[in-house]
Amino acid sequence: MNLQEEVKLLEHALTLISAKAREFNLDFYDMFFEICPADIIYTFGAYSMPTRYSHWTFGKAYHKMKTQYDYNLGRIYEMVINSDPCYAFLLEGNTLIQNKLVMAHVLAHCDFFKNNIYFKRTSRNMVESMGAAADRFRGYELKYGRASVESFIDAAIAIQEHIEPGSLGKYVKAAEPERGNSRCAGRPETSYDDLWSIGDGAETDTEGCAKKKVFPEEPEKDLVMFIIQHSKELEDWQRDIMSVIRQEMLYFWPQMETKIMNEGWASYWHLRIMREMELDESETVEFAKMHSGIIQTSRSRLNPYTLGLKIFEDIERRWDMPAPEEKEKYGRPGGQGREKIFEVRTVDNDISFLRNYLTRELVDDMDLYLYKKVGYDWKIVDKEWEKVRDTIVNSLTNCGYPYIVVQDGDYNKRGELYLKHNYEGTELDVVYLEKTLPHVYTLWGRPAHLETVLDDRPVLFSYNGEKSSKMFL
Amino acid sequence: MTGPNLIITREDWSLHRKGEIDRQRHREKVREAIKKNLADIVSEESIIMHDGRKIVKVPIRSLHEYHFRFNYNKQKHAGQGDGASKQGDIIFSEPKSGQEQGKGAGDEPGVDYYEADITVDELAEMIFEDLGLPNLEQKKKPEMASDALEFRDIRKKGISSNIDRKRTIMEAIKRKAMKGEGGALAITPEDLRFKTWEVTYKYESNAVVLAMMDTSGSMGPFEKYIARSFFFWMVRFLRTRYNNVHIVFLAHHTEAKETTEEEFFTKGASGGTRCSSAYKLALEVIEKRYSPSDFNIYAFHFSDGDNLSSDNENCVRLIKRLLQVCNMVGYGEIEGPYYYTSTLRNALKKIRDEKFTCVTVKDKGGVYAALKEFFSLTSGPGG
Repeated sequence: MNLQEEVKLLEHALTLISAKAREFNLDFYDMFFEICPADIIYTFGAYSMPTRYSHWTFGKAYHKMKTQYDYNLGRIYEMVINSDPCYAFLLEGNTLIQNKLVMAHVLAHCDFFKNNIYFKRTSRNMVESMGAAADRFRGYELKYGRASVESFIDAAIAIQEHIEPGSLGKYVKAAEPERGNSRCAGRPETSYDDLWSIGDGAETDTEGCAKKKVFPEEPEKDLVMFIIQHSKELEDWQRDIMSVIRQEMLYFWPQMETKIMNEGWASYWHLRIMREMELDESETVEFAKMHSGIIQTSRSRLNPYTLGLKIFEDIERRWDMPAPEEKEKYGRPGGQGREKIFEVRTVDNDISFLRNYLTRELVDDMDLYLYKKVGYDWKIVDKEWEKVRDTIVNSLTNCGYPYIVVQDGDYNKRGELYLKHNYEGTELDVVYLEKTLPHVYTLWGRPAHLETVLDDRPVLFSYNGEKSSKMFL
Repeated sequence: MTGPNLIITREDWSLHRKGEIDRQRHREKVREAIKKNLADIVSEESIIMHDGRKIVKVPIRSLHEYHFRFNYNKQKHAGQGDGASKQGDIIFSEPKSGQEQGKGAGDEPGVDYYEADITVDELAEMIFEDLGLPNLEQKKKPEMASDALEFRDIRKKGISSNIDRKRTIMEAIKRKAMKGEGGALAITPEDLRFKTWEVTYKYESNAVVLAMMDTSGSMGPFEKYIARSFFFWMVRFLRTRYNNVHIVFLAHHTEAKETTEEEFFTKGASGGTRCSSAYKLALEVIEKRYSPSDFNIYAFHFSDGDNLSSDNENCVRLIKRLLQVCNMVGYGEIEGPYYYTSTLRNALKKIRDEKFTCVTVKDKGGVYAALKEFFSLTSGPGG
């Protein structure tokens, strides 16, 4: 079969699949499918995007993925980008039936991107803006040297998760760098600055200032933004790099916080759509094989495809055929399964999805458990369904990253940065912590501190530009 | 009903190199990190004992992507069983401490290193970068030559990977100019020019290296390991850099004898120590087989220095004789857990000759330093 014919066949299949998807009320953007060789798919996979700035960490990810593929240990069948129009990439060498499954799967992803509210504020032109940013970064490399751009990116990505995603619009802040704009906020810029308050005629104001010595006034979750705005150390190009990294993290965040739902949704629909297609015997077998590969479970981690799929199917069943108790207690009439799962796909993220819909029956049925390290062994320690559910939900909080806030941007009255980890029972990795603080120092330009808890005692880690220290408080 | 637009395309991606470029950069960084740690890596057991495997794992610092994260080992994680799991089941076990072999230790939090795969050849290349045989002189009989390829010719036919781009474009420009054509430059098959190589012979002086090792009872596992690490790299180094260098292996306790390479690296012995026996044997070997007028001669000896005190004077005398015929004599003393007041090194200190080099190795990291000391081309041997 030549390449032309292959594309023809795929186009035909896509027409049927998308017609079926629309019949099911899936609502997606215009779709561009591109067939790519493995190298390219793995490059996109490593960068999470077709275009992105260059950095060795992507090279490391690419190397790992490519090696797995070369040794036949893992395989990405597709890659889909949250954009309008939506880009999806198919692996060259996929069989026709593999591509059919992938296309059905991708259409559901696109429906999710388009309709889930956590994606409402994501930029749909990210492919273009990331391309443009990559060009600017290349320019910085020429102008300031590759090594200095690289080491700055090293520092910036070390804290890139510490943003305030505000996916639901609970928090917005103008992205303007501020240079001592508030007379109240910090120390006066010069000793004559109090001149400007003459004639303001507000004694009460000065009193207000006296109270608001703390900077920032409220603990600030968006560490990246805080540094962009208040670091005295950064050049414009460095602020640009940090802003780009923050924008990209904001863009990827909703994908991280809906991973289970999104994969579950896509798996739910590729199953439903493929069941409606006419497959011959060998195709049916191949499809079944591939699907079972996707939902294969592991003893040491949860498979988001399986978990999401099971929960969606369970919701649909419980709203289609509610138990008498559910009928009575919640006034659920039955027959609303489809409607309900579309509602869930619109309003939930993984945390609310699991908290609301991971039931006792599902935990038992799927044989979920908790395990932890005991001596040299990793042992199952709990099977109690609520504990299992709550632990999983907790591990998804803040996308699994420690919740860290800027407590004081003028610590010790010396412009030092004091960060605080909101400890909720899980300790930080001390080795990593001590290696990350110097990166914060690079960005802030002054000593950096982080307060956390070790062995139930509050402790302060510091880095002053030369050495790290640790002090129990 | 008109649905969304659907388009399938297939383009030529053959010029897309982004992933490869950053992968290359990552490799460079791994190499940089390895270079910084050469002293530790040189004496890595997995390399010295690598039993012919091409690729070895070396531990290196850095290359982690540091960020604030939870302590994985103190967290509870969720997993999924096959329906019959129960409390107390073991999901997996970690190897007991002391044998971290085979476990991707780099992925484990709390372990401050990252393992990189590297071929032994690549590693050797880095270690030998600045090393060479010092004081090499032109001797009478330059029988030994090493092949060298040199690109020194341009032809119209050749292998595509050897296309000389500059000359090819020049040809194209020339052709167009001769015809008086304007417009965009197009390259025709006739314009192609290829670089071609010739085999040349690089003559080197003859050289022989005498490797002498103390295998007496006082050489514990650590001392033997250090000595063997040194000779392992030395042999490797000589073989990669010099095509036909002769290496003679001499092992001694109270008596010395010539051994095969394999015996030299594997056989243990016991008994007392009389270092002079090795020097005597070395002088005999030189006299019988390697005339100083034909050969550059190098002698290296590794010992723990725990020599029979009565023998020390003898050693000094013999080393002085060796120095008359050798380009360089090196003595490496491995300082074990005990400190001997009357060591061979103290006796040898008296020798003042710029061809004599003496080093002390205290730990595994010292092996690399010793290699650099003995085989440095730039600074020349010093006391």
